[in-house]
Amino acid sequence: MIELVVDDLCIACDICVRVCPTDVFDAVPGGAPVIARKDDCHTCMACELHCPADALYVSPRSAADPTATLEAVRASGVLGSYQRSLGWKRGAPAGTADDPGVLLAFNRAPNPNDKVRMQLYNISQRNYIDVDVAGGSDGS
Amino acid sequence: MTAILDPAARLAQRAYDIRLSADVLVIGGGPAGQWAALTAARAGASVVVAEKGYTGTAGPLSSAVSGIYYIKPDDPIHRTGMVTARMPLAFGLADEAWLERTLDQSYANLDAMARWGYQWPVNELGQQYRARLRGPDVLMFLRKQLVKSRVRLLDHSPALELLVSDGVAAGATGVNRQTGETWSVRAGAVVLATGGTAFLSGVAGTRGNTGDGYLFAAEAGAEFSGMEFSSQYAPAPHGGVLSRGAHLEYATLFDNDGNEITRGRKTVEAIEKTGAAWAILDKAKDEATRAMLRKTHAHIFLHLDRLGIDPFTERYRIDFRLEGTIRAVGGLAIDDELSTTVPGLFAAGDIATKEKVVGAGPPGGGPATAWAFASGSWSGEAAARFAKRLGPLANDRPVRQTGATGLHAASARKSDVTIADVTASVQAEMIPFERNYWRDGSQLSDSLVRFGAEWAAIGAGTLTGETATARDAARDLMRSREAAAMLATARWINASALERTETRGLHRRSDFPDLDPAQEHHLISGGLDKVWVQRRAATNGARALAS
Repeated sequence: MIELVVDDLCIACDICVRVCPTDVFDAVPGGAPVIARKDDCHTCMACELHCPADALYVSPRSAADPTATLEAVRASGVLGSYQRSLGWKRGAPAGTADDPGVLLAFNRAPNPNDKVRMQLYNISQRNYIDVDVAGGSDGS
Repeated sequence: MTAILDPAARLAQRAYDIRLSADVLVIGGGPAGQWAALTAARAGASVVVAEKGYTGTAGPLSSAVSGIYYIKPDDPIHRTGMVTARMPLAFGLADEAWLERTLDQSYANLDAMARWGYQWPVNELGQQYRARLRGPDVLMFLRKQLVKSRVRLLDHSPALELLVSDGVAAGATGVNRQTGETWSVRAGAVVLATGGTAFLSGVAGTRGNTGDGYLFAAEAGAEFSGMEFSSQYAPAPHGGVLSRGAHLEYATLFDNDGNEITRGRKTVEAIEKTGAAWAILDKAKDEATRAMLRKTHAHIFLHLDRLGIDPFTERYRIDFRLEGTIRAVGGLAIDDELSTTVPGLFAAGDIATKEKVVGAGPPGGGPATAWAFASGSWSGEAAARFAKRLGPLANDRPVRQTGATGLHAASARKSDVTIADVTASVQAEMIPFERNYWRDGSQLSDSLVRFGAEWAAIGAGTLTGETATARDAARDLMRSREAAAMLATARWINASALERTETRGLHRRSDFPDLDPAQEHHLISGGLDKVWVQRRAATNGARALAS
């Protein structure tokens, strides 16, 4: 659940108030939003991902997290780690071109006794496609 | 609280602060709703999307990486291979033609995303891979396409009921939970894309999934199919909330006594018999593979890291957490055009039954996402066509409000039952792994008696107390309807589960643990004050099995 809004990092853009799909935050005129309905948080971490100031911390725990103190979270370097892991910049996506999970070097055959998984694996190579112009867009 | 502040009273008086008119109204802004809206808009329809949360972050896909079908129409080896691999998993209830149709539409939508400039993963040979979607990126990309297509997006705007004209869906009403305003959208056709429900089990990304659309549809007279195929559980780290299994390809699993076990049913048995299951990602031996997993399954590792778990070097406990009808099977009964049994009311994504594609299940994330994309497009196209047939006077039709239970003024309440009471009662029955993974006939019967009494006790009145502001009152009214929707959904599920005296796919009975070949049929259900279940022949099941 959402644990922290770091007030001195927050730029009061209220993006989290807008994008939170469970309406956890209340905007405060001229200041950082407040966590008004913590119990509604469903730990999707969208607020962190969309925060341009890395000013939010969401705990992965199903219950309130007493270890998530302001001091501990700031010292840990965890702020902004979700954005960094997806390659987002200042709350905006930057494409998934570098997803290494599609690299052929990492393809592993499943247990040969698992016939369904083997069949799906054998045809999975056909998911790769050659494209003439990478990243092309006709804007249609 | 004055009448002016009370959104329940304002809705009853048709005192709408926002009045919109469109060809197509889509309720729900997850991937299915996004594709419904995009497809309808590109067919020339004016479209409004009403989303309880925020279109672009709402729904379980926003914290997931999902596989999806990407099979070129001119690759018969790929297509035939997929069909022959999937059909035996459907337990005789799927239809090969629907699976192929889903493959084709999923391909078409992913190709459209490529044309619109989506940046796909690329391998070391420079080849693109379009068979996997990173949820937060895709959902925000599709939101941008909606804005470009001039779709009107109502965020933080939960629908509360459907509007119906002479038995035909004609719009919806609701509130804005951040302003307290009431709204109505009149439309020539309505697409329901509100997702499945996990009964607020706490699984990441599912708070909005309370089955609202099931309730709206039933109030308008719609029917369900396969609601018993809904006991979907997925592994999550103990104490955490993210239910995902993809990374377990790299895991060795153990029961609570330290004996090695396999994935799937053996893991479930280990929890039942020894009290817990444990995992360690020791098949990812080298740093390169570990780094790949971290990046490819960023959400999973984000959660594990913050839980203080190093999954590569330590065994960590996994629980099975309820996803319910999310990426499961059962839902609204639909025809070839994704129309429900109510004219003008269409269904897309998890709210529609997936039996024709995945049978009794389990479908998993990939087929469910392909279904969301495909059924979204079909329903949007059909809804646009339906609205066009009605013509320009569609939104002059006289309409009736259909919402009842939990929606009206507190004076209509029959008892002191609260949102918390109803939610707790439903959750006690539907969430516990030890109670709902394997279902028991006498427990199902007992639950139906209790649920029926609770339903009668709610009556039409809102389950909320007094609140200080219109915003809080709007939120409470939404919660009241959510509780009613979860209770109604639990009744269709358990009534169907009681009727199916066998174990098949995502429906398991401890008192009937075997598959019964004589029950290769669908169970249709519906009703509000009186819940009913009927059998319907699986017309395509025999052909599917024979192929």
